[in-house]
Amino acid sequence: MATTTQEVSKHPVDLLIEEYGYDDHFHEHEHGGDKYQSGFIQKYIFSQDHKMIARQFLITGMIWGILGGLMSLIFRLQLGFPEESMAWLKPLLGKWIIINDGVGTLDPEFYYALVTIHGTVIVFFVLTAGLSGTFSNLLIPLQVGARDMASPFLNMLSYWFFFLASVVMFFSLFLSTGPFAGGWVAYPPLSALPQASSGSGAGMTLWLISLVFFVVSVLLGGINYITTVLNLRTKGMNMWRLPLTIWSFFITAIIGLLSFPVVAAGFFLLMFDRMLGTSFYLNEIFINGQALDRVGGSPVLYQHLFWFLGHPEVYIIILPAMGIVSEVMSTHARKPIFGYKAMVYSIASIAFLSFLVWAHHMYVAGINPFIANFFIVFTLIIAVPSAIKVFNWITTIYGSSYRFNAASLFAVGFVSMFISGGLTGIFLGNAVLDIPLHDTYFVVAHFHVVMGVAAFFGMFAGIYHWYPKMYGRFLDESLGKLHFWGTLIGAYAVFMPMHYIGMAGVPRRYYKFDSFDAFSQFAGVNKFITIAAIITFVFQLIFVINFFYSIWKGRKMKTRNPWGSTTLEWTTPIHAGHGNWPGKLPAVQRWAYDYSKNGRDFIPQIEPVGEDEKDDFH
Amino acid sequence: MATDSGVVNTQENLWEGGKSPFKASYGKLMMWYFLLSDAFTFAGFLIAYGALRFSSDIWPTPDFVFSTAPFGIEKAPLIFVTFMTFVLIASSVTMVRAVQEGQQENKKGVVFWLFMTIIGGLVFLGSQAWEWTNLIATEGVTVTTNPFSRHTEAGTYVSGEELLASGFVEVPVVHEAEAHGVAEHDTHADAGHGETTAPAVYYLPQGAADIPENRYFVKADHHGEIKAGESFEKGDNYLITYNHHTHLYETAAYKTADGRIAKEAFGPKTFGALFFFITGFHGFHVFSGVLFLLIIAINAMSGLYVERRNGYEMVEKVGLYWHFVDLVWVFVFLVFYLL
Repeated sequence: MATTTQEVSKHPVDLLIEEYGYDDHFHEHEHGGDKYQSGFIQKYIFSQDHKMIARQFLITGMIWGILGGLMSLIFRLQLGFPEESMAWLKPLLGKWIIINDGVGTLDPEFYYALVTIHGTVIVFFVLTAGLSGTFSNLLIPLQVGARDMASPFLNMLSYWFFFLASVVMFFSLFLSTGPFAGGWVAYPPLSALPQASSGSGAGMTLWLISLVFFVVSVLLGGINYITTVLNLRTKGMNMWRLPLTIWSFFITAIIGLLSFPVVAAGFFLLMFDRMLGTSFYLNEIFINGQALDRVGGSPVLYQHLFWFLGHPEVYIIILPAMGIVSEVMSTHARKPIFGYKAMVYSIASIAFLSFLVWAHHMYVAGINPFIANFFIVFTLIIAVPSAIKVFNWITTIYGSSYRFNAASLFAVGFVSMFISGGLTGIFLGNAVLDIPLHDTYFVVAHFHVVMGVAAFFGMFAGIYHWYPKMYGRFLDESLGKLHFWGTLIGAYAVFMPMHYIGMAGVPRRYYKFDSFDAFSQFAGVNKFITIAAIITFVFQLIFVINFFYSIWKGRKMKTRNPWGSTTLEWTTPIHAGHGNWPGKLPAVQRWAYDYSKNGRDFIPQIEPVGEDEKDDFH
Repeated sequence: MATDSGVVNTQENLWEGGKSPFKASYGKLMMWYFLLSDAFTFAGFLIAYGALRFSSDIWPTPDFVFSTAPFGIEKAPLIFVTFMTFVLIASSVTMVRAVQEGQQENKKGVVFWLFMTIIGGLVFLGSQAWEWTNLIATEGVTVTTNPFSRHTEAGTYVSGEELLASGFVEVPVVHEAEAHGVAEHDTHADAGHGETTAPAVYYLPQGAADIPENRYFVKADHHGEIKAGESFEKGDNYLITYNHHTHLYETAAYKTADGRIAKEAFGPKTFGALFFFITGFHGFHVFSGVLFLLIIAINAMSGLYVERRNGYEMVEKVGLYWHFVDLVWVFVFLVFYLL
């Protein structure tokens, strides 16, 4: 807002945009007052500006991240120190801490609730809304050269449906019967029968309502992202000139658009089972020794409908992180991303295959073993595009003079985590190995490393990299590096031992192990994991403090393009107002990865291809 | 690589940015993507239907279940749903006419054909309401109970005398309305609605406790006509009569070929649940479609679209939705009524 046209037009980037850009007469349509920027409410709350919506997604996601992390600490305390009194948590948890002779124990029901809600909110609210929601909103219009999303209004609704989902889920934490406690996958019969456990009553009802709102949010967002990428690319921005971030957000949105409705269908059927007494998912059920009159349904049907979303969901989580990492790595390596087209084709084939592998979550659910073969084959084939991506990242930094800062370190950390977690995925994709390993800590370790921690690393890389674009200030570098090393070492310390106890057969979702001789011998390992988890969480608080401190007190951004990046978002003014570019829209002349070319450090996408220059790509 | 860029340039530069590669506005694209996702929701439902139907040993025959129509028409398989389907498809035709008039910027034509479409939608919804009422109130199908099924063995319905001769005891039905202290004339009104005047007795095997599962009835049809002596083959359809007088499902007794006394069993529970759920979800789509059509018809009447740069595009968008809802019905019709 502060930048007037006269002042800005002196900037060399603006001169380029003035000369080659194209005039969409955007600013001429603003008759008296800007509905996107006028007034506190329009600007900060019911904002239709994609940059503000991105920040709303990010901060809501961060709040859930902290809550979800705290929940994991409480149940980790139970697992690591089952003998210690938890009476000191009584002020926070109230009746869920049962005090007997001055010794406080965590209510087992609430332990399950914590595990369930931890999974649900991290998967959906943090790593879907907080990651893809934030960066798709921030980067799609900026990097394709659009004024805003195709429909800013639906975009706003997308955030507010997420907010509504958040409120309902948050509310469910305070029910006297507790939040849902049947695992984040919410399998029937535990989720279908209100009388099954205390969390299966009102807690499950709110869980379902919350997630239905969330599906609406994802669909509204996804429709917008896809349409914006297809229809609102600026002049010259053909599909092969899109940065890999946009490719990954675009394909993520397509996966979400096709998989979330299916789980919504599953949830609606579940609601009927709960509220109207139908038997879609129930067959020959006994409760307290009483046979229920609920026959003809199939609990495995729910698992199919759930995992038809559930598996693509892990790619909805990881693909945006992959796109961010590609972009951050290439920028800080000062090298074009290695194998750009291979990267795009890998994303696309991962997305395609993600729809053909869902039943690998159900090898022991009673599906036909011959059907399992089909899913094994496609699961293992996913390793191919994933490996292509890993090799391309490694070759991108190979031989580069890599700039080590918080953003680029997290990008490298992502690759490390993705390799570590991906390799154990090959174990679990095999039904033969999955049968002994399923439902052990090996699985917990696998998915936490490959899609939990790895996706967080991609998210952090993105936040450190684009924070200046979001707030016009930098995050503190030293704290950032401290955050990185603490998180990297901490995450490995938490999850590596879990592989070990998992291979020894320790089952997940158990409240305590002292009545199992085979498992109680790992008490020391469990203590170690818990301590490592607490330390890792403390390092996240450093990030949170850094984040909020820097919004107001961080080092100010003095130049538009601090990282020397080729992409369009850095051609906007430091505080880009509504419409992103004050004058004409920039026209794109080249692909997004012209680093270290023709003796120059980087050539922005808006610079025309010179006479003597070969356009390597298009 | 220079040849590469040459190839791209010859393709009329549709994908070069700055324009819509599909030559469609963002609003229309968004409608298409929404419909795509909605198609996946319905696909989820229909797959659930298939999975549950084919895991069940017995499934009622649609020709038998859907054989009544208003004005007392009976034993007319699929006649009423054919009418419903015809109306819905016809409303797609009127929708096409509305879009066409919109492209010619003919306000009067748009409004007329939109209202024709709305009428089509309302007739469909009304028909569905009748169909549901008939299934629920008259035939006794609910989301948890399904009295439609098929015989798993051949047999002959037996009369009360035969049951008594086979060692059953006769028990009078305690009038549920009386038991609840409802005035007599109310019950008569109810009975008039259900048209049933079936026998008010049932039979229990000797020594058996009087619980609903143990009760045997004599087969009667809707009009109370006793069917003892009528025989049936394996696979024949039946409907367990719901007695509106006594509020009881009358599970009829029959004699098998080897002389055993057995009784009709209820059909698969999921039949009714799936029917009401999926046709209800579709009906909800039609209902919202009618609302959208109404809003757009009012907008069109007010002349709002005359001034718009994209003219009557809203009519096209709601048209896409309407055709989609019709297309979904084709699949619902196929799996519930034809297969």
